[in-house]
Amino acid sequence: MGLDFTVVPEHLDVILLGCLWTIFIAVAAALVSFFGGIIFAVIALYAPWIIRQPFRLIEWVFMGTPLLLQLFLIYFGLVQIGIDLPAFVAGIIGLGLHFAVYNSELIQTAILSVDKGQMEAARTVGLSRGQALRKVVIPQAVRDVIPPIGNNMIALLKDSALVSVIGVSELTLSAQRAIGATYRPFEFYLVAAAFYYVINLCMEWVQRRIERRIAISR
Amino acid sequence: MDIELMQRVYPFFLQAAWVTIQLSVLTAILGLTCGALGAAMRLSRLAVFRFLGAAYVSVFRGTPALIQLFILYFGGPQVGIQLDAFEAGVIGLGVNVGAYMTETIRGAIISIPKGQREAARTLGLSRWQTFYNAILPQAARLMVRPLGVNLNMLIKSTALVAAISVVELTYTAQRYIGSTYKPFEMFLLAGLLYMIIIYATGRAVAWLDRRVQIN
Repeated sequence: MGLDFTVVPEHLDVILLGCLWTIFIAVAAALVSFFGGIIFAVIALYAPWIIRQPFRLIEWVFMGTPLLLQLFLIYFGLVQIGIDLPAFVAGIIGLGLHFAVYNSELIQTAILSVDKGQMEAARTVGLSRGQALRKVVIPQAVRDVIPPIGNNMIALLKDSALVSVIGVSELTLSAQRAIGATYRPFEFYLVAAAFYYVINLCMEWVQRRIERRIAISR
Repeated sequence: MDIELMQRVYPFFLQAAWVTIQLSVLTAILGLTCGALGAAMRLSRLAVFRFLGAAYVSVFRGTPALIQLFILYFGGPQVGIQLDAFEAGVIGLGVNVGAYMTETIRGAIISIPKGQREAARTLGLSRWQTFYNAILPQAARLMVRPLGVNLNMLIKSTALVAAISVVELTYTAQRYIGSTYKPFEMFLLAGLLYMIIIYATGRAVAWLDRRVQIN
């Protein structure tokens, strides 16, 4: 049947809208995963045993199973317990939690590598443990952890394609819509891939700049 | 929790887990092959190979694996590539994970100190002999653990082929969630099997890693 890219411009508006959705979902999920990662890390390190252990189990399950399976659980599971959320919210929660677990691993290591004297000094000047963590230890840990978290966020962008499977009209599903109308899968998936690639390159560029800034600030 | 339902459907999940294992093994073999070729290109003396290797890594790591699978499976027939879903899954995922493995293998090779190569060359070994007898044995030790990480990722990414209707674990879970409306039970069954596969693989990699370390 051969290739024919002349059908692409006609459906470009759908693809561009999908692209905006992809960016929105990726940014929202990135925020969930960043703050979720900090909260998870603090729980994993400082919560009492009775909370920490079940939490470890949940983390282990999240790291040992595929994201796609987790998305099915969250999307259909929420419906089962009576919470009927739009697919894109379920997608953001699923992506966000999945990457929060990976970010938490990084943040835990970073928190532990902040010099003990920082905590002690903060306590000495009268801050409570929670304040010391929030105002002294975590900000330093976060600075160390931004470059590897950047890698996770690039992975998150690519994995956001999976939420098309639960029916979120982002870039991948928009490409599928265009394919439904034209029967030209090769062309439209290639266009979608190109959009992902460009977003990805932009993220890598930003990441390099941030890394340079951090290197200077040390 | 509906234990009775889980007892009724678990044989189907076991069958599906076997498909996931087959997919993982074949994908890993193809991925390692692509990774070795990719690393060879990236370290080549010829600029054109270095460029091709870098482009392979950049494009395949820079776009979603799901889209790559869709291009191969749904778009393939347009350019004369007819594959069934399982074949497309293995080839699509294998080439994708090969891009990640390229970087792992290359990283291990370039981390061997330059003096090793210079010493071997001084002893009169050819370039190929130097690589095969001096560099590779040392680099191989460094590769085991990071390749294990790639393998872990690969096993989880086999779930993507559910989207092109290969009847593996995630597809089976999805189908039973649809027909029974018991997402938690089905997730538990599939998730447990994934974790067993990943745990066993992790142990095997750790064992291999211990075996290849010198001390």
